[in-house]
Amino acid sequence: MSNRELYDIALTVNDQEVKGRVKAETTLLDFLRDNNFYEVKKGCDKGDCGACTVIMDGKSTLSCITSVLQAQGSKIYTVKSLGTWDKLHSLQQAFVDYEAVQCGFCTPGMLMTAKALLEKNDHPSREEIREAISGNLCRCTGYKKIVDAIEAVSKGVRK
Amino acid sequence: MKENFSIIGKRLGGLDEKDKVLGNVVFADDFVMPGMLYARVFRAEKASAKIKCLDILRAQSLPGVICVLTADDVPHNESVKNVVGQTTEVGLLEAKHQVLVKERVRYWGEAIALVAAESPDTACRALELIEVEYEDLPAVFDPLEAMKPDAPKIHGDNNIIASWKLRKGDAEAGFAQADVIVENTYRTPRQEHAHIEPESGVSWMDDMGVINIRYAAQVIEHYRDIATVLGIPESRVRVIGTLIGGGFGGKEDVTVEVFLALLTWKTGRPVKLTYTREEMGYGRHKRHPYVLKYKTGATKDGKLTALEAELVSDAGAYVYLSPWVLVYSTVHSTGPYFIPNVKVDASSVLTNNIMSSACRGFGGMQVAFAYESQMDELAEKLGMDPLELRKKNFLKRGDITASYQEITSEVLLEEAARKAKAALGEKGRGSKTKKIGHGFACSWQSYGRMTYLHDTSSCWVNLEMDGSAVVRTGIPDLGGGQRESVRAITAEVLGLKLEEVHVISTDSQVTPLSGTVTATRALYMSGNAAKLASENVRKIIVEEASEMLSAEPERLNLKDKTVYSVDEPSKLLPLVDVIKRCAAEGKVPQNLATFKAPFTEPITTDIIKDPVFPDFTFGAQAAEVEVDLETGKVNILKWAAAHDVGQAINLNRVEGQIEGGAVQGIGFGIMEDYLEEEGVPLTWNLHDYIIPTSKDVPDIMSIVLQSKSGKGPFGAKGIGEPSISAAAPAIVNAIKDAVGIRIYHIPATPERIFLALQE
Repeated sequence: MSNRELYDIALTVNDQEVKGRVKAETTLLDFLRDNNFYEVKKGCDKGDCGACTVIMDGKSTLSCITSVLQAQGSKIYTVKSLGTWDKLHSLQQAFVDYEAVQCGFCTPGMLMTAKALLEKNDHPSREEIREAISGNLCRCTGYKKIVDAIEAVSKGVRK
Repeated sequence: MKENFSIIGKRLGGLDEKDKVLGNVVFADDFVMPGMLYARVFRAEKASAKIKCLDILRAQSLPGVICVLTADDVPHNESVKNVVGQTTEVGLLEAKHQVLVKERVRYWGEAIALVAAESPDTACRALELIEVEYEDLPAVFDPLEAMKPDAPKIHGDNNIIASWKLRKGDAEAGFAQADVIVENTYRTPRQEHAHIEPESGVSWMDDMGVINIRYAAQVIEHYRDIATVLGIPESRVRVIGTLIGGGFGGKEDVTVEVFLALLTWKTGRPVKLTYTREEMGYGRHKRHPYVLKYKTGATKDGKLTALEAELVSDAGAYVYLSPWVLVYSTVHSTGPYFIPNVKVDASSVLTNNIMSSACRGFGGMQVAFAYESQMDELAEKLGMDPLELRKKNFLKRGDITASYQEITSEVLLEEAARKAKAALGEKGRGSKTKKIGHGFACSWQSYGRMTYLHDTSSCWVNLEMDGSAVVRTGIPDLGGGQRESVRAITAEVLGLKLEEVHVISTDSQVTPLSGTVTATRALYMSGNAAKLASENVRKIIVEEASEMLSAEPERLNLKDKTVYSVDEPSKLLPLVDVIKRCAAEGKVPQNLATFKAPFTEPITTDIIKDPVFPDFTFGAQAAEVEVDLETGKVNILKWAAAHDVGQAINLNRVEGQIEGGAVQGIGFGIMEDYLEEEGVPLTWNLHDYIIPTSKDVPDIMSIVLQSKSGKGPFGAKGIGEPSISAAAPAIVNAIKDAVGIRIYHIPATPERIFLALQE
């Protein structure tokens, strides 16, 4: 297990270039967190909970079961690419307004899944929203307010 | 206090929520210190064994490993706590815990050694180099077996660690008066908390020799336990609580903090410890599985005459909070009903299973499954509408419970049940193979800790020179918005905007201790403390302004950073002018207030015959389910949950607590079961232990009732735990309505339903 080979890796995260030398088994999640992208959460490290979801080359991706080598040259976006304190992204604003947030641990992943959904389908039904977020576990909210918030954004409603 | 609130009861989008959607919150595992070590816990892979030989030498000599600790390195490895109120009739009077296994392993997953290394990988490899030689010891996994005199003993000479009773009237005579009696045995599962954030923290020694531990803590007062284990003064341990990524009781008992403190104390270096998801499974406590025998009698016109029940909870291998959880089960075992004759015997029993302890509902929800199943079965036998039967027996304000406690707040059960049922609308039609059913259940749940614990909560409020406020409160925020509630209450009392109140929370050496975020006590206790401190600050301002304005202080109000006369609104002063004058006169507009819950004497016998709780929250939930006759699968089609929260502080958050509680309760009812085979855990991961996803549940219709009769701030009641209990019985009652079978052993999995349908 020692003297394992290291590989050069380069990708962009939130449009910023990030480089490193990694072991083959390094996950994208660990790579991101090791590079201070702590907004990407580790809830299970097994692809079960969805807290680590990022958008990779336009697709919502579970970073904990993605090898960082698969992400070579990719464009990664985390929740911090969305908005700022003074100007929240419409999804972030809706999550606050509809209280789609309780503890907030699943929120960064949930928001990225929602963003990927709306980029593919700008008017999803509630069933389609529930289908899209079904890989993102939330133990606090019971999901209704999350569905409400995503639906409101898709309909252009501001609470 | 004024009735027209500007903040209280509205739909508030809090400032914490904004940081959460931005990804700004530094959760426990997101925190780093320079030179930090990474820790891992070495755990037993036996459920009951003696350690013959523990070899850590190879692990210690691995390059990058800084230390490996075993029981011999722990100054006070065994902590002992008295269990209040137990007589010598039951086994141990004390809850004994070992920090690390000294000689005997009592459950699979028990911590044996700690490793700290320069990298996570090295710590992980070190675990593989630790070797243990075990000698198997006799074990017992069934709590009913464990109660027998010849069962292997887990500690001491009796596995029964607590027993509580209710004795009211004459149960035998009550059954003699009954026209119908139903008698059943119910079983409930071992539920995993499944908070998405793992237990985690970072510790370091500061330049004053104080050990700091920043971690996800429901109870920052654990700094005292840390000091006890290390044998150092409590003033040398500081706990800094983070915003918590969910807990549900899972972060109530000690988690990583003692391990972290030991490692920092030994190495002098900062240390991080985060549990893996698997470790959260096998290393942490669960909800108590219960066996509940219920016998309930009623007259033909639907008056309950007697209840006799036996409750047995599986405490697992250590005592933890089991005796207290059992108090909750015992008190709540009657359901929210007036029953003239009651005989309840409850026991908590040690086994070699994973330990059981706090979990949202805290003993209140297992009994709800039993008492609400009984009510529906009685109604069926009587040929009576289930709500009609309940209405004849609901507790009322002023009634005395079977634990001899007066109900001193409103009981809106009838309204809650009626509204929840009505919200379902017409029953769907179903098909030949898919049958539709409606069911509902009522529940009650205390809020606030047991009054013999003499609970207090402190809060400090200060007005700054610019009119903004700073609040210091020890209350941890579990994700339920506990900190935002304190902000809202302070803003309301001082006439400020939410943005003008800054809340510093959860630091054992900086914030006044406000107590735990457990027992649905946070709003009740820390909310009342914040209200009290804010009102005292308000009083300082109003008295000063009354001199400046020549107006009666009672006729002055604070709003939008002005102090004005309610009689002559043109008579006003900017708040900052009043603060400046207060400062000039040395009347600092600050206050440290302590709110005290009612204090009662400790229970001195096994029979609970004095008030134990400050008050109760009442509610009802209703379900429309579809049962597939071919597969046994239940689909939840509609769900309504109505609870009297007294007074909502943030209406959005109240609904969130109700919706989240209902869904966690649905999980308990139909899918969640932490399985072990001979003590070996089988469901470590979230792909083995399945919790509800967005596709497993419908939109929860939350119905918020507000009687304003609670003991919390502005008449609030607690809602964190009360929202979970009615779910499982509502589903089981709906399954009965759909296909005519009753499930006595939850979760009501497809297998159980399918098999019941074959009979």
